Amino acid sequence: MLEPGRHLALGNVACAEGALRVGCRFFAGYPITPASEISHHIAAEIPRVGGFYVQMEDEIASIASVIGASWAGAKAMTATSGPGYSLMQENIGYAHMTETPLVLVNVQRSGPSTGQATQPGQQDIMQARYGSHGDYEVVAVSPWSVQEMFDLTIRAFNLAETYRTPVMVMADGMIGHMKEGLTVPEKVGVVDRKKPTSKEDMPWGTDDPSGVPPMPAFGEGHALLVTGSTHRPDGVRNYAPEYHQMIVYRIRDKILNAEPKIRDIHTEHLGDAKVAVLSFGASARPSIDAVVKAREQGVKAGLFRLRTLWPLPEEEIRALADSVDAILVVEMNAGKLVKEVERVVCGKAKVASLAKVGGVLPLGREVLEEVRRLAK
Amino acid sequence: MKNLKYYRDRYVRRQPSAFCPGCGGGIILNCFVRAIDDLGLDKDKILAVSGIGCSAWIPSPNFNGDTLHTTHGRAIAFATGARTFNPELTTVVFVGDGDGAGIGGNHLIHAARRNIDLTVILVNNMSYAMTGGQIAPTTLHGETTVTSPYGNPESPFDITELVRAAGASYVAKWSTYHVVELTRSIKEAITHKGFSFIEVLSQCPTQQRRIFNLRGPVDSLPPRILDMFAESTVVKDRPDRGGYVYAVPKASPEEALKQIQAMDGVDAKIVDHMRYGRVVRVDGEPLDVVRGKLLELGTVSEVKDHLDGKITLGLFEKKTRPEFTDALREIMRKAGGE
Repeated sequence: MLEPGRHLALGNVACAEGALRVGCRFFAGYPITPASEISHHIAAEIPRVGGFYVQMEDEIASIASVIGASWAGAKAMTATSGPGYSLMQENIGYAHMTETPLVLVNVQRSGPSTGQATQPGQQDIMQARYGSHGDYEVVAVSPWSVQEMFDLTIRAFNLAETYRTPVMVMADGMIGHMKEGLTVPEKVGVVDRKKPTSKEDMPWGTDDPSGVPPMPAFGEGHALLVTGSTHRPDGVRNYAPEYHQMIVYRIRDKILNAEPKIRDIHTEHLGDAKVAVLSFGASARPSIDAVVKAREQGVKAGLFRLRTLWPLPEEEIRALADSVDAILVVEMNAGKLVKEVERVVCGKAKVASLAKVGGVLPLGREVLEEVRRLAK
Repeated sequence: MKNLKYYRDRYVRRQPSAFCPGCGGGIILNCFVRAIDDLGLDKDKILAVSGIGCSAWIPSPNFNGDTLHTTHGRAIAFATGARTFNPELTTVVFVGDGDGAGIGGNHLIHAARRNIDLTVILVNNMSYAMTGGQIAPTTLHGETTVTSPYGNPESPFDITELVRAAGASYVAKWSTYHVVELTRSIKEAITHKGFSFIEVLSQCPTQQRRIFNLRGPVDSLPPRILDMFAESTVVKDRPDRGGYVYAVPKASPEEALKQIQAMDGVDAKIVDHMRYGRVVRVDGEPLDVVRGKLLELGTVSEVKDHLDGKITLGLFEKKTRPEFTDALREIMRKAGGE
C-alpha cells in the first residue's frame, strides 16, 4: 500500500488504496476496461494485509461471491464498468433485499452495449438507481478527482456498514484513468457493521429508528436464513403482503430517512449566484472552470456538486431553486439527472440541460456559454 | 439407533415441509443430516447454500443451521465468497439441474476447475420442476414436457463427466433410491479436500408423471419412480447379475405380459424404465433363446439387453489436486499478510 503522504496516483489505484485502508479484505472481479487497474492493485496488495483477491468467471459471479463473503463477515468489494454492471443487476437487487453491505465501483464507460469501450460516460446513473427489479433505494457516491476516488471509496464502505446496504461508487473512465495528486492520511475513519447482542435480535427487523437491523455472520451460531425471497424479520420466507410491505418500506425508508446524513454536497460561489451549475463526477470539472470564468466576466454563477448522487438531496435542490434564477445541469449522458432536477425544482427556477454523449467531457467554454445565456 | 425424531429435532428447522408429497428433496435432506451427524460436525460451522428451484428448499428453510438462499444458478459463486473468507465453514451447496447445469453451468465448471473446497449436491429431477416441468439440460432426448410437446429435440449433459473433465477432485452420482450409498458419498464428499460433486437423480411425482408418461394413481408415483431409478441404473464396479432382458411392447404392456407369462421357463413383470417407458422385464435362460421367442410373439417391438440405456451410478473421481483457498492462503503467507 502507499505510505501516508503525498503521491501522484491513478484514480483507480486511489480507489483500491481507499478500499484497503478502510478494511476491504475480499475483492472479486472480472477484467473490464476502464476498471481493471482497481483489480490489479488489489490483487497485488490485498494478500499483504490478510485479504483475498478472487478473479471470478464473470461479473455475475463477482458480485455473488462478494455478497457471500460479506455474510461471512468480510468488508467486500467488486469493481466493473457498463457491461459488467448490467450483468450484476439481479444480484444488486439480492443485496438490497438481504441488506448486505458491500461496495460496488462502476468506472462508467460510454454505452449502450459495448459502445465506445473504455471512453468515459455518466450514462449509468439511473441504472444505479433503478437497475434491478423491484423497489429499493440505492446509495451512490460520485468522485470528481483522484483524491475523491480514495475518500469516497472509504465513505462508501462506511455508509455500507452503517446502513447495511450496497453502496455504489459511480466513477467514470476519466477519473479512473487520470493521474493527479493524492494525499494518503495517517489514519482513516472506519465504521463497522452493528452486530447482534443476543440471539433474540432479528437479522431483518428492528425497532431501532434507524431501521438498520444488526448483522450476524455465518459461523456464529445464529442459524441464519439469508434469502432474497420476501421474509419475516427472522428470515423465514413468507410471501404475505404485510411482510413484503414491511421489508420493502423498511429498506427504502432506512435510506430515505438517513438522506440528511448521507447527503454530501460541494458548493462554490453559491452565496449571491443567479445561475447554479449542478453537476457531479468528471463533468463537474469543466463546470467549476466555467463558474470561475463566468465570475471573472461579472456573471454571478455558482457550483452545486453532488458527491452523493443517490439518494438525491431533494430538500437542498429545492432550496437552491429558491435562491437562484436558473440551474444548469451538466452531465455526460443524453440528459438524465436533469429530469430528476426538473421534478424536484418543480418550476421554482429555470432548469436547463447541458448533456453530452460521445465519450468526451463537456468543455469549459460550452458550460460557460450556457451559463452566460441563462444569466441574460 | 437414532430415530427420525432425533434428526428432525436436531437439524430440521420446521415442519411441515413445503415440498410436494413424495418429493425427493426430503430424502436428500435426510441423507445430508445423517451424513453431518455421522461426521460429528459442529452444526454452527456448516453453511448450506442454495440457488432457486425445488432443490434450493432442501436447506432453506429446512436445515436448522446457516443457510444462504441465493439467486437462480449463482449459489456456487456465492458459496465461493463465503468459503474463501471463512475457511472454518463446511460449505455444502444444493443446486438443481436447471439451476446448476443450465443457468449456473458456468459457475459449476469454474468452481470445479479451481478445485475450491465446496461440496456441491446437484439434485437432478430432469426438468425445471418448480416452474412447471419445462425441458432442462438434463431432460432425455425425446421426452415430452410442456416445452417439448413433440418430444425433446435436445440431448442432455452427462453432468458428472462434465464436472470431472472440468477438474473436480471428487465426483459421484447416485439416486434417491440409493440412500445408503448417497449418505456415505456425502460424508466422503464433505471430508474430501477440494471440489466435491454429487449428482443425485431425484423423483418429482408432480412433473415426472408427464415426462416419463407414468399413468396410475398419484400416491403410487413416488415408490414407482424410485423403482424406476433402480431399474434404469447400474452401479459402477458392482458385480453384474444379468440374466434378464426388457421386452418393449408394441402397444399394451399388459397384453405383452400375458403372452410372455404363457412362455415356458420365464419370470416376467412390468417395470418402468427411464429410457424405454413401461416394459416387461423377462428373466429366463438361455437369454438368446428367450430373446428370439419374445420377438416372435407379435406384441413385442424390440428386446433390450439388461444394460441397454442404463445410467451408470457410483464414484467417478477421487484424486488429490491443489485446492483453491489453500493456494490463496499460500499467496497470503508469501506476501507476508497472514
